[in-house]
Amino acid sequence: MKPGPGDADASGLLEEFDRLRDVYPRQMSASLVLPLLQIVQQQKGHVTPADARLVADYAGVPPMQVVEALSWYTMLHRQPVGRHVVKVCRNIACALRGSDRLLAHVQKKLGVAPGGTTADGRVTFLAVECLASCGTAPVMQVDETYHEELDEAKVNRVLEGLR
Amino acid sequence: MSGQAAQDVRTENVFMSFAVTSDSHTLDAYRARGGYEALGKALRTMQPGDVEREVTASGLRGRGGANFPVGSKWSFVNKESPVVYLCCNADEGEPGTFKDRWILEHVPHQLVEGILLAAFALHARHAFVYIRGEFDLALRRLRGALDEARAAGLVGEHILGSAFACDVVVHRGGGAYVCGEESSLINSLEGKKGYPRNKPPFPAVKGFYGAPTVVNNVETLANVPWIVARGGAAYAALGNKANPGHRLFGVSGHVNKPGLYELPTGYPMKKLIFEDCGGILGGKPLKAVIPGGSSTPVLTAGEIEALTLDAPSLQQAGSMLGSGGLIVIAEGTCMVRLLQVLTRFYRHESCGQCTPCREGTAWMDDILARVVDGRGQAADLASLQEVPEGILGNTLCALGDAAAMPVLSFMKKFRNEFEYFVANRRSLNDGRLEA
Repeated sequence: MKPGPGDADASGLLEEFDRLRDVYPRQMSASLVLPLLQIVQQQKGHVTPADARLVADYAGVPPMQVVEALSWYTMLHRQPVGRHVVKVCRNIACALRGSDRLLAHVQKKLGVAPGGTTADGRVTFLAVECLASCGTAPVMQVDETYHEELDEAKVNRVLEGLR
Repeated sequence: MSGQAAQDVRTENVFMSFAVTSDSHTLDAYRARGGYEALGKALRTMQPGDVEREVTASGLRGRGGANFPVGSKWSFVNKESPVVYLCCNADEGEPGTFKDRWILEHVPHQLVEGILLAAFALHARHAFVYIRGEFDLALRRLRGALDEARAAGLVGEHILGSAFACDVVVHRGGGAYVCGEESSLINSLEGKKGYPRNKPPFPAVKGFYGAPTVVNNVETLANVPWIVARGGAAYAALGNKANPGHRLFGVSGHVNKPGLYELPTGYPMKKLIFEDCGGILGGKPLKAVIPGGSSTPVLTAGEIEALTLDAPSLQQAGSMLGSGGLIVIAEGTCMVRLLQVLTRFYRHESCGQCTPCREGTAWMDDILARVVDGRGQAADLASLQEVPEGILGNTLCALGDAAAMPVLSFMKKFRNEFEYFVANRRSLNDGRLEA
């Protein structure tokens, strides 16, 4: 699969794609769809329709299958996101431990509602469902990292550290 | 760890049998406490069928929530099939549940050994771990463990010098609760959106890429090394006779010491909440317990009095042990608002394939949002009965039932709060969720 015109950064992606392909048994190239999309997102922040086509060609599946997956999995972003993504859990265990209060606090602190990105492109703020950290609720995830047993002061420290 | 109590724990526990340190998750540490000896024993002295027989004899049941006998699940696989696949379900997402994450972070090699033993029993050349996309440390620890195991000849070709070969691939999910359902997990692993499949055929007959496939939960598989090392009969002697073994119970919500507790089945629920977990925050009275993850029917304080933590006891009380995640709720909590936290979740996670679930979860959430907003009508209470009844049993997978059961049980047991909210346009408990 050669990179098409306009896909200036596709060659960097293809290198990563090839590394991934060696991990899966050969006959299972369709299984590459989700991990390939994850690689694209990791490198570019979000996944465009052109990226979806690239993934479909590489995995040998119909483009529609990739587009469907892209819109169905909530961790995949189809629009640009901030440099950091802050996910605050709002599910039951966190709700019992004050996630309403924390969500309001984060919103005030960042000046955007859940789903929004700060004007300077620094942070995208999301209210998310259970992160499997109920014993240390309330929790949030900033990029990859979990922050547990939160209170307002701890949230402030984490948010102020984001550049 | 020190002292006599620690010594007892070391010999008895299946998971929490050591002191957690900065390197207790490594291969060296795991081997130093007897890790991979069960695999060595199986490869040297047992046939695949012997491993399956020990697991069947152990009475081990699925720890993901369905409580299905593991030996039976394995027995449905045609071992003569040219290809058999094993999938480890690490897509932990049932609200209230956080045990698999602990296993992945702290005893990843115990899981790897369990996967290898299961793969040996099932004649599976390839195993896959479908891990939650959000998991970070858990993912790194699992990948690290597999790298160590590969380098030590424990994964790959000629494992421990035997003819047994097995590769383990780690596959990250994309953020979808329904992918914890086994056929949805398989579709997701095949690069599709995670729609559950119609059953039969069950995955054991026709699963991953059409081949016989066993999908087992992380905690389920992590029990297998203990069973093979000490024998199925020894495991069957732990805890409740009808539902034996140890489980990692997660306790969250309004308790003083939330967290993960390894206990034998049959342990008194009250003892866990009031002794191990130090009782209710602020010394408040207990109001309710959701005993096995958010999908399981809620129980009142009165109902849990004599309950023990095993499937038969919970079943008799009209609920389920599910994934072993207990969500504890103090007196003074608004059950109407709390239920809407759950309906919002199930609405968000319904995959959209089956009409009763897709439409029903949205209706239930719309109605509850209206009630919470002070715009509820008397007819809404009837709808909150009819809609979940229309979902129950009418969907391809268990997500529909999972969404319906909390609504039915909250409405049945705390009906006065719903009636009060509709009549007075405000919460009987000031809308409080925190204790």
